[in-house]
Amino acid sequence: MDLDLNQYIDVFVEEAKEHLQNMNEALLELEKDTSNISLINEIFRVAHTLKGMSGTMGFINMSNLTHEMENVLHGVRSNAVTLNEDIIDIIFECFDMLDYSINLIATNGQEKDDDYKDLIHKLRSISDDSQMQENRDESSHKKLEDINEYVLNILEEAKNKGLISYKIDIILSTSCMLKAARAFIIFNNLESIGEIVYSNPSVEDIEDEKFDSKFSVVFISEFNSEKIKEELSSISEIDDFSINRLDVDSLMTNLQTIEENTEKSNKFKKELLKRNEKDETTNRTNMIGKTVRVDIDRLDNLMNLVSELIIIKTRMDELSQSSNKENMAEAIEYLERITTSIHDAVMKVRMVPIERVFNRFPRMVRDLSKELEKEINLQMSGKDTEVDRTVIDEIGEPLIHIIRNSIDYGIETPEERIKRGKKKEGTIILKAYANGNSVIIEAEDDGKGLDGNEIKEKAIQKGVISKQEGELLSEEEAIALLFTPGFSTTEEVSDISGRGVGLDVVKSKIESISGSIEVDTQLYKGTKFTIRLPLTLAIIQALLIRLSNEIYAIPLSSITEIIKISKEEIKSIHDQEVILYRGKTIPIIELNRIVGVNDIEKSDEYIAIIARKGEKQAALLVDGLIGQQEIVIKPLGKYLSNIKYLSGATILGDGNISLILDVNSLM
Amino acid sequence: MSSEMESKYVIFKLDEEYYGIAIDNVLSIEKVEKVTRVPNAPKYVKGVINLRGEVIPLINLRMRLDIELKEHDKNSRIIVVSMDDIVAGLIVDSSSEVIEIDRENIDPPPRTEGNESTEFISGIGKTLDRLIILLDLVKVLEY
Repeated sequence: MDLDLNQYIDVFVEEAKEHLQNMNEALLELEKDTSNISLINEIFRVAHTLKGMSGTMGFINMSNLTHEMENVLHGVRSNAVTLNEDIIDIIFECFDMLDYSINLIATNGQEKDDDYKDLIHKLRSISDDSQMQENRDESSHKKLEDINEYVLNILEEAKNKGLISYKIDIILSTSCMLKAARAFIIFNNLESIGEIVYSNPSVEDIEDEKFDSKFSVVFISEFNSEKIKEELSSISEIDDFSINRLDVDSLMTNLQTIEENTEKSNKFKKELLKRNEKDETTNRTNMIGKTVRVDIDRLDNLMNLVSELIIIKTRMDELSQSSNKENMAEAIEYLERITTSIHDAVMKVRMVPIERVFNRFPRMVRDLSKELEKEINLQMSGKDTEVDRTVIDEIGEPLIHIIRNSIDYGIETPEERIKRGKKKEGTIILKAYANGNSVIIEAEDDGKGLDGNEIKEKAIQKGVISKQEGELLSEEEAIALLFTPGFSTTEEVSDISGRGVGLDVVKSKIESISGSIEVDTQLYKGTKFTIRLPLTLAIIQALLIRLSNEIYAIPLSSITEIIKISKEEIKSIHDQEVILYRGKTIPIIELNRIVGVNDIEKSDEYIAIIARKGEKQAALLVDGLIGQQEIVIKPLGKYLSNIKYLSGATILGDGNISLILDVNSLM
Repeated sequence: MSSEMESKYVIFKLDEEYYGIAIDNVLSIEKVEKVTRVPNAPKYVKGVINLRGEVIPLINLRMRLDIELKEHDKNSRIIVVSMDDIVAGLIVDSSSEVIEIDRENIDPPPRTEGNESTEFISGIGKTLDRLIILLDLVKVLEY
């Protein structure tokens, strides 16, 4: 196998993730409705696909694990195994392993170096329980597990109804090119006169052409063997076939022969796998880059715009020779329109649905509510709301934290809820929607809400505020204390949230991507967190300012207000200049000094930009304001990535560069 | 493709000396346009320029190599180089040619005790009429 598989890893990872997501959803559903056979089928299908995919890519451990999963699921499907919570938990465990393994492959191109012995053992013990016969060794293969109690039952039933059971062995001719298709025809023809209850290899393997040229089926029909013979004879490309009448008693002996066959093919497969393994050891060092899946329509649109760009270029070429000024202006206007459209189109390409983040929550809520013995119903809406890829990467963690908070100390235990006259089951609603230039995410629970007084007391106790300060605070202000650093309401640091990090981390994370967070709560009714995020991080609203003769940009999201202050208002405390702003003393930062240009022009009145970072505020003195505008953020590049106080650069309308001041690092 | 024994170098001048950078690392050669100063950057970083919509740092090569400074003029050029994900422009006095140097004709840099000015040099290329100082870009671009 000299094929270089590296180039397919991206695709593999991307697809595997999608499949896993489907499995995750199906599993969660299945847990609620264990009798839903279509969900089992879905999970089976995913396990099967993953088995094939990982096998092709040479990820042996993964393919083995999925293979065992398949066996268990097959058992469930054929009623040989009764689905219970333990089995679902084990399948969840498998899912976690697969998820982990895929992530590992994404980072270094290698699967987890673990043969999942424990898990496979667990899976085997489930499928083994379902077997009547235990005459198999450790390396037993699934083909055998297929003929089981279930099939036997069917055969017995069929016998009672007066139907005849056959075992049909079919050998396709060696010249047959499309074995799977041929087998399909055979299956179809047979099913027109009866029912196939079992096939070896399995139907899935036959569909995937995973058989040499032989296969056998167990077939129930009301017709005699002559009729079947006739039916099979009409199909071409069959080398040979044999039809044997079965009765339930003789089935066991047949089983034995089937087993031998499978064992042989097993050996062969194992050798193949071994060979693959060797290929695998040739080291991979590729890393998966950040990718975005793009709707082809969006790319087409971009294509069209670029073609227009080429047209306008040719036109301008011509115009430059004729020197007709009026036409030139027109052409430039046209060019402007196209560039704006291209910009829009490219931004759209970067957008991904927020589903990517939301998808992990159902599982998380399930696990946590189980652990805490709470009953929680998670409702999500607006999963297809689109956000820039960079925002998606940043928002996951804060949301996890908020939802954990809700589960941990928002929603009460079932007993408590009943006492309060609420529904036993708590509800968490997660909503996303676009609103103008931003995206809103709401996380709402119907738990016990937040108690302003309690928070106030805690804050005083922890020294976040003084007692006097506490008395002055309104209910709303008290709740806002939640976001102050070093504040956590639970007594003990629980495993779920807590962990020493509080909502202040959530807040600063959200603010670092130019977002904002608000909390709205009603005691005993519930709490709602509202997060507002910019649609994209690549374009922001900024205020352009002048420092001496240089122009800088400050993100509008970190500016509270712009005020004028007179010379007299500036006081000095320990060499630090401060002003009184809305009853608070806040430090003055002279940006001119920060960027190392001439000191601010002396005058009686200064322009101060009140900037904030979380609860902190500062007044930034500037020489002049130029105006507010949308800017495209350009990275400064690796070479300048460590420069203090700058977060990037932007190109102004005249082609000059203006640097973006990182207000967060100033404070 | 040139043979393995030969490498191509972009040649430029600082004062009367000739310098060379392996052509594989050179993206383009530009005229000096408006530079935006970057506060708090190392002294030899002249600023950033707008290179067709990308923001590229500009290194004052004279200062980096500790050569007497000189204002840039109409002959000055920016050699845009890339090395290990870093893209940067180097200001040079002038640049006009690309030459091939045989590997045999490259000598190791002269190393003498206490002379730090050779730390940016990866070798000395010899051609028929002149000596060319080959720059070690990794060193030049590190800080």
